[in-house]
Amino acid sequence: MFKCRMSALTAAVSIALLSQAAIAAEEQFFPILSYRIGPYGANGQSFFGGFVDYLNYVNLKENGINGVKIVWEECETEYNNAKGIECYERLKDKAKVSTGPIHTMSTGVAYALIDKAAEDKIPLAMMGYGRTDAVDGSVFPYAFPLVTTYQMQASAILRFVKEKEKGSLEGKKIVYLYHDSAYGKEPIAALQEEAKINKFELTLIPVAHPGNEQGAQWLKIRQENPDYVVFWGWGVMNQTAIKAAQKIGFSRDKMVGSWWAGSEEDTVPAGDAAKGYMSATWNVAGKDVPLIADIEKVVYGAGQGNLGDTSKIGTILYNRGVSAAVLSIEAIRKAQEKYGKGKAMTGEQVRWGMENLDISDARLKEIGATDLLPEIKTSCDNHEGSGKIKIQQWDGTQWVVVSGWIEGNKGLIHPLFKASAEQYAKEKGMTPRDCAKEM
Amino acid sequence: MLYREAGQFKTSYAADQQLFPIRQDRIGILILLAVVFLVIPGFASDYWFSAILIPFLIFSLAALGLNILTGYAGQLSLGSAAFMAVGAYAAYNFQLRIDGIPILVSFVCAGLTAAGAGILFGLPSLWIKGFYLAVATLAAQFFIVWCLTKFPWLSNYSSSGVISTQPLIFFGHEFTSPQEKYLLVLTIVAVMALAAKNMVRSSTGRAWMAVRDMDVAASVIGIRLMPAKLLAFAVSAFYCGVAGALYAFCYLGSVEPDGFSLDMSFRILFMIIIGGVGSILGSFLGAAFILLLPIFLDIALPWVASLLGLPFSSATVSHIQVLVFGALIMFFLIVEPHGLARLWQITKEKLRLWPFPH
Repeated sequence: MFKCRMSALTAAVSIALLSQAAIAAEEQFFPILSYRIGPYGANGQSFFGGFVDYLNYVNLKENGINGVKIVWEECETEYNNAKGIECYERLKDKAKVSTGPIHTMSTGVAYALIDKAAEDKIPLAMMGYGRTDAVDGSVFPYAFPLVTTYQMQASAILRFVKEKEKGSLEGKKIVYLYHDSAYGKEPIAALQEEAKINKFELTLIPVAHPGNEQGAQWLKIRQENPDYVVFWGWGVMNQTAIKAAQKIGFSRDKMVGSWWAGSEEDTVPAGDAAKGYMSATWNVAGKDVPLIADIEKVVYGAGQGNLGDTSKIGTILYNRGVSAAVLSIEAIRKAQEKYGKGKAMTGEQVRWGMENLDISDARLKEIGATDLLPEIKTSCDNHEGSGKIKIQQWDGTQWVVVSGWIEGNKGLIHPLFKASAEQYAKEKGMTPRDCAKEM
Repeated sequence: MLYREAGQFKTSYAADQQLFPIRQDRIGILILLAVVFLVIPGFASDYWFSAILIPFLIFSLAALGLNILTGYAGQLSLGSAAFMAVGAYAAYNFQLRIDGIPILVSFVCAGLTAAGAGILFGLPSLWIKGFYLAVATLAAQFFIVWCLTKFPWLSNYSSSGVISTQPLIFFGHEFTSPQEKYLLVLTIVAVMALAAKNMVRSSTGRAWMAVRDMDVAASVIGIRLMPAKLLAFAVSAFYCGVAGALYAFCYLGSVEPDGFSLDMSFRILFMIIIGGVGSILGSFLGAAFILLLPIFLDIALPWVASLLGLPFSSATVSHIQVLVFGALIMFFLIVEPHGLARLWQITKEKLRLWPFPH
């Protein structure tokens, strides 16, 4: 019985492998490590829905990237590191022929793939998550924490708060309430540096995963009575925190969340409590963005939309998924400019494209993606490319942007990345590239 | 016909006491070892090594560790993932802080560190039993993960708490390809599995089983409970610790404390329940079932769906996969509550009589 199943498994796998070999040359393959079920499935559905819809949109509207059709294969990771690796290995052989950047939407999976992806020459995009010291491209040639990182984001949030406080944070009390994991811990060093410079008092309060119980933490916040709470939550932890803040009477407009703590999935379940709550973001919500409206018309009009629940179109995470796909496609366009238009690009070539991205506001306007992304300009020693965010506020029914682009304190944060990347290179016994030679 | 022991006479104590007393078993094991060591490395793809074989072997080792404790010594534990975490972080720190320490030595030290933790958290077993002990071992699960998060020294002050493992260098040779890692893991697992097989039939193993079956009776016939129980905890944690080190170094390459969650401990427990409690083979079968079946379903379902022309989205397939997996677990537990290993045992007994069952 068992043997019989094993041979069936072998057969199925070999069939899967055989079909992988048959990719035509003029197709650009995208390995998609998505999650649509599991604890964060709701978030994943919106994000990867947007991602796939844009790929489809490029196929339908422009017949691919300069004529190269985009094909993709999805693999469900359930936000689980081990499954992520299994998926990566499954899609790897196809991706070696031609590949778009992999977006894991999970810090854990990204960490686990960093070495493997570099070895297999497959670029890894980590838009707004870690490993954040991959900003230093000399140590991490294949990893791109694009747009902005936790540290730059924390620094930008502080700058926003500082402006609200008329230019000085001296003597203020700020509580940092965070998800006690890699995600929540990464900004701590940056916040401590900022606390030294701006002379405010920083209190760190961790929340254990999954964060649906925060009574003790908010009791402590009530004792501390801080001026602001900077909040790094994810999933169910977000709505719990917002409700808890209301319970103890802490004003929600003194609470600023990271961008993982600022989607409709977080505020709608919190109901009234969420009104006034702020968070960082780099893309606006809504269908007012021309590109989003056009995707709905072209892709959903043709009946090829990825989302079953079309009410998710235009949500924060959907639009973020679109922004991730826009960056991926732009990187491939850039690579085609150098390595040949109308050809499928390999991971190595796409990597070059990602390292030489130069997306201006004019270009964003051209594709209709104004407000979905800040201007991006990457280089070997700056894989982040921007470091800017906006602050948005929940008005009870929707997210409203309340600031312009705010840049974190790059002079303070980027040296931290550099030092951390150096330590990594030392632990691994590797020699960083010389960025001066990479032009 | 093939599997008959008639005519195999034991003429010496050594022959009578050997690990596999039946000749066919010995041949079978040798063939199995030859296949996994010689044939598979030549044929399998990177996908098979990194996504299937390596995790399968590592989890088999962890399940084996738990099986020694739960299956043989009768002490229910929910701390296996925590002991794996101790192993992973200990191996990382030994590599980091002692210059030029061979990787295998750090794996052994990691196992010993985990064994120490095992003894510490095994102490409650002297007073409490059964489900209450399981709850007490939960403490290990939470305390160890908390400890690894709380003290940044343990993760070398990494800002995120995630450790990235050092390269696997062994006698000046770096293990980089999945194939080499597979062989390394396989060697360690094979040696430890044979050691376990040997251990459970020694006086130690028999003492464990006596404690498992009735500890009062065991102490009446002269088995000292405290050493027996604590040794079971130590050995079990040692196995889990080595599995954890392999998990970090040969499989993921980077781990964080949260990765070793209660969820993982449960998975290891399910492996031995499905595979067979109190069976070395069961640990492997259970690990295969829990790890490989979802992957198989994941690959096979879309294929079946397209064959039948059903319009399944990837999310639907994932949901169906979970459903089918759950149903299969129930099916096997109803059909054979003693696990897959018991099925194999029944098959063996039938084979002995075949083709004349009466």
